[in-house]
Amino acid sequence: MSIILAAGRRSRRAAVTGIVPPSLPVRALKGVVLLVCCAVVILPFMSVISTSLAGQQEISEAGGLVLWPRQPSLDAYRAIFAGGVVTRALLVSIGITVVGSLLSLTATACLAYSLSRPGSFAHRPLLLTVLFTLLFSPGIIPSYLIVKQLGLLDSYWSLILPVLVNGFNVVVMRAFFMDLPRELIDSARIDGAGELQIMLRVVVPLSKAVLAVVGLFYAVAYWNSFFTAMLYINDTSKWPLQLVLRTYVVDNAALGADQLNLAAELPPPQQALQMAILVVSLVPILLVYPFLQRHFAKGVLLGAVKG
Amino acid sequence: MSVTHRMPRRGALRRDRFLLWLGLPGLAVIVLFHYVPLLGNVIAFKDYQPFIGILESPWVGLENFRVIFNGDPDFLNALANTLIISFIQVVLVFPVPIALALLLNSLLSERLKRAVQSVLYLPHFMSWVIVVAVFQQMLGNAGLLNTWLRARGLEGFQIIGDPSLFKALITSQVIWKDAGWGTILFLAALSRVDLHLYEAAAVDGASRGRQLWHITLPGIRGVIVLLLILKLGDVLTVGFEQIILQQRAVGLEASEVLDTYVYTNGVLGGNWGVSAAVGLVKGLVGVAMVLGANKIAHMLGERGVYSKEAR
Repeated sequence: MSIILAAGRRSRRAAVTGIVPPSLPVRALKGVVLLVCCAVVILPFMSVISTSLAGQQEISEAGGLVLWPRQPSLDAYRAIFAGGVVTRALLVSIGITVVGSLLSLTATACLAYSLSRPGSFAHRPLLLTVLFTLLFSPGIIPSYLIVKQLGLLDSYWSLILPVLVNGFNVVVMRAFFMDLPRELIDSARIDGAGELQIMLRVVVPLSKAVLAVVGLFYAVAYWNSFFTAMLYINDTSKWPLQLVLRTYVVDNAALGADQLNLAAELPPPQQALQMAILVVSLVPILLVYPFLQRHFAKGVLLGAVKG
Repeated sequence: MSVTHRMPRRGALRRDRFLLWLGLPGLAVIVLFHYVPLLGNVIAFKDYQPFIGILESPWVGLENFRVIFNGDPDFLNALANTLIISFIQVVLVFPVPIALALLLNSLLSERLKRAVQSVLYLPHFMSWVIVVAVFQQMLGNAGLLNTWLRARGLEGFQIIGDPSLFKALITSQVIWKDAGWGTILFLAALSRVDLHLYEAAAVDGASRGRQLWHITLPGIRGVIVLLLILKLGDVLTVGFEQIILQQRAVGLEASEVLDTYVYTNGVLGGNWGVSAAVGLVKGLVGVAMVLGANKIAHMLGERGVYSKEAR
């Protein structure tokens, strides 16, 4: 750590005398490779966003996707927010994501905390109960049947309850809780704090970072979940955004004034609409990305090392 | 550890009742949606009929497993596709993040490294629906690549929807989505390599290539082994969401894998018992692969996925 700090903006490798910088051709080659890698990621997103802002004429001229819109317009977005299929799916997805993440985070944090004290009652069997889920998944058919048996088909709960607690996230949080200084907890206990108070007043405030990261992991998973919805939700009016995205963008189903709730108005070009739906499903991820990026590596590593 | 001295079980139960209540909701959900369905796998040995329920359905012994043992052509096709795709992924996809991590690690500017990382990690957070949609827009018939080619009087490629290119397509999608993200563990391992080793090697006159071979690669060997073991456990699991999204365009022969076979046959086709049997065998093989590979890793002196002492 100290080496990194001492080296400032240069990497720690640069701080070691024995490492000679590579020759010019090698550096050029590396630069080209990295540039291509980045372009391959950025270009598609750029053209998707550009096309969502383009008009019919521009799209026809380009023969499809537009790389840079000359006269950007928000017509496509106005159309998908007009109260039709996409608007409803968006609301469903937001609802599932918010409710699901909060419930998941609470259940996971509680479970992780309850498993964070070796030597407590039945600690090992309970821990193994969680760890075993990482090794073996029950299979599609039995999972489907249990959801059906519980009467959850076509219920929003089918998108939340089966995936409420993720074993990996429990392991990550547990590792974090176990690394908290024991003295703090012990001294709070000596001061007469009950278990609940210790948790809410001592542990939670110290764990904000890990709570935020795991919460975001859950949020991204709920937002992106497609398979559970495909499996459990037949009623199209309850579809989350990912299923709408599949139907109207991947499978290219016609998206007309009917679906969009546009009264007798000529809808914007199909391709702009499709790209607008794509953008809408991307944006929340892009918004939380900077935060995720700052912390996720830590979360992943914590889980990997302690798991 | 001050509070954890041995107590009689009753006393421990009283002492820890708060912890137990706290963990209960999460555990209940895990039991209900992981362990109860695990028991539900008994329908693999039954002629399950939805109207009479799991318990009442008649036992049929290993009847449902006949598909596997007798080599039903659809099943064999799904198995073959799964194994081929898995093989491609171990050979072609697995090394990409390693190479990328080595490249990133060799950068001398920390700022450049961070910037590239934040670009390359991004696709990992996109859903498969988004990835597939983006690929269609780029490589489809009316996609960016083909319109660009045609605008220059060149012939376009039909990539999306060509069964013979399907495996190449999904491989490139996996690389696009997860190669960047896959570097994280390797980069972490690389950052723990003692830099003075390089210094010493340079003094001894070792070339950059030899330094890579004798210092860098041994430094990340443990992580490589660990991830390979985990990959082996998933050898029968290949991108369910990714494939089911694209199946319609290329047909089942090229794209059916075990998971989609289970889904199509069971949930859509109503062959519950057979699908559950295939799913069960698949799960067991996965566990056996992880445990076996881990054992081999231990014998070769690597740490593997888990060691005997979990905290």
